[in-house]
Amino acid sequence: MHPAFSVIFLTTLIGAGQGLFLALFTVESYAAFGLLPMPSGDFYAVGSAIAFVLLVLGLIASFFHLGHPERAWRAAAKWRTSWLSREVIVLPAFMGMVALYGLAHWLGFNPVFAQLPSGAPVNLTAVLGAIAWLLAFALYICTGMIYACLKFLREWHTPLTVINYILLGGASGFSLGAALAAALAPAVMPLLAGWAMIITFLGLVGRSATLIRNARLKPKSTLQTAIGVKHPKIVQKSMGLMGGSFNTREFFHGQKPQRLRAVKWLFLLLAFVAPIILLGMGMSMVAGGVLLSAFVIQYLGLLAERWFFFAQANHPQNLYYQSVA
Amino acid sequence: MTQLALVIDLNVCVGCHACVTNCKEWNTSGAAGPLVDLNPYGKDPTGTFFNRVQTFEVGEFPHTETVHFPKSCLHCEEPPCVPVCPTGASYKRQEDGIVLVDYDKCIGCKYCSWACPYGARELDLHQKVMKKCTLCVDRIYDTTMTAEERRPACVRACPTGARLFGDIHDPESEVSRAIRENGGYQLMPEWGTHPANHYLPRRKTQIRIREDELERADNPLKIDRQLPRPEKAEPALDDVTSW
Repeated sequence: MHPAFSVIFLTTLIGAGQGLFLALFTVESYAAFGLLPMPSGDFYAVGSAIAFVLLVLGLIASFFHLGHPERAWRAAAKWRTSWLSREVIVLPAFMGMVALYGLAHWLGFNPVFAQLPSGAPVNLTAVLGAIAWLLAFALYICTGMIYACLKFLREWHTPLTVINYILLGGASGFSLGAALAAALAPAVMPLLAGWAMIITFLGLVGRSATLIRNARLKPKSTLQTAIGVKHPKIVQKSMGLMGGSFNTREFFHGQKPQRLRAVKWLFLLLAFVAPIILLGMGMSMVAGGVLLSAFVIQYLGLLAERWFFFAQANHPQNLYYQSVA
Repeated sequence: MTQLALVIDLNVCVGCHACVTNCKEWNTSGAAGPLVDLNPYGKDPTGTFFNRVQTFEVGEFPHTETVHFPKSCLHCEEPPCVPVCPTGASYKRQEDGIVLVDYDKCIGCKYCSWACPYGARELDLHQKVMKKCTLCVDRIYDTTMTAEERRPACVRACPTGARLFGDIHDPESEVSRAIRENGGYQLMPEWGTHPANHYLPRRKTQIRIREDELERADNPLKIDRQLPRPEKAEPALDDVTSW
């Protein structure tokens, strides 16, 4: 497939935004049960604001993928069948909940509704956070399923696609959360940095599993099934057009295999190996700058990862356009 | 239930691109507006087509055959492009099984083209909406046309009669009979999309020449018979001359 930067930015930005929110709510949950000192409202408010900005940037990026962005509102119509439609509904819902969550923390408006048997309070931010937590995961699932549901794009048609969207988004969000905590709530920084390292490692495992799986894929469609001629040797002589077409542009990445391989090793290094080392360093030195660089490097790595994700998918329609590769 | 479709006889198609040309001509002047055509005489022409004829070489030299392969939207009975569309712009008509795009609803997200394994959908660069074969839905129901004309433009244009059009759910229709009698098949059956369009395979054809084709039976003066008639074993003109 041809990797579109609008979609690369959309998926990585909202993934990090969701992950950052999950990091904030993790801290609040730990603190509610008395496992951590409760950070000030500013930490949550600033964190929610950053998550919200990431989500807005992702939303803006998504519009560049549309031929008719002014009609984007129509995209909510087919939520019964289309994962894209579901994403279009869940994303603004999640953004709204993150905004309310941040606002409640910023204003310090946090009435307690009830008390759990353990003594943990059920207050407004906990309720808002729990709803947003569910929406964050729903959004990861929608985004991943947009790709995983296309059964003949076999590189994508696996539960690993959804798992990786969750893990990679979560990893970058927790890295950012750790950097934020170093600045605003140092007491919770080790927790977030530790989780960021764990999730990044799980992401490495998940993504490697996908790479190994995809390397062993055998195409289900062949030129024989594509044109229905049962002869072992078929060669395309003409695509039926002399220049390019939508079919030759949209479904080919146009890069040499060497470039693809280089990007693969680049993203494995930048998105996983380097951040784990930097997170470990930043955690032990309590250095916000190192943690921030871990997030920035990881995010750049994830851009490469998403580019590779699209470029690697081999669409069966390409069988009809063999002479362009 | 009706399922209109094309049946394309690969045994007969000669790859002349008349169907491509007539399709483009008819649909570009239709109600939906022109199909984009950029740089048509320049170095890198590009444009939107509903129908393409591709050419494949089958076998190894010298035992090769050239297969001309026309492909347009196959109007699948389980169209994968329809459920993924977030706006409902892509839909399959209940009454005749034609898969269509509502250009006024399409947001140009290209998701349906990703979901089509056949590459049958093309985004129009000017209108920024997804376009595809409509089976000439604006022709086949146009009662101002004669019954003969109420067929898709590609079918009308085909000089060899390689394209048949009709209801594949009606067992008595011309297309159903053609599929049944000639081993008609679907493309990429492995994905369960059940394309409505079928293809008829290449077949071994033998030329049978009857006596009355060599000599006109209705020729009262028997002029044919007065012409010099070489023995069949004698070398023909083609055998003795070199051009």
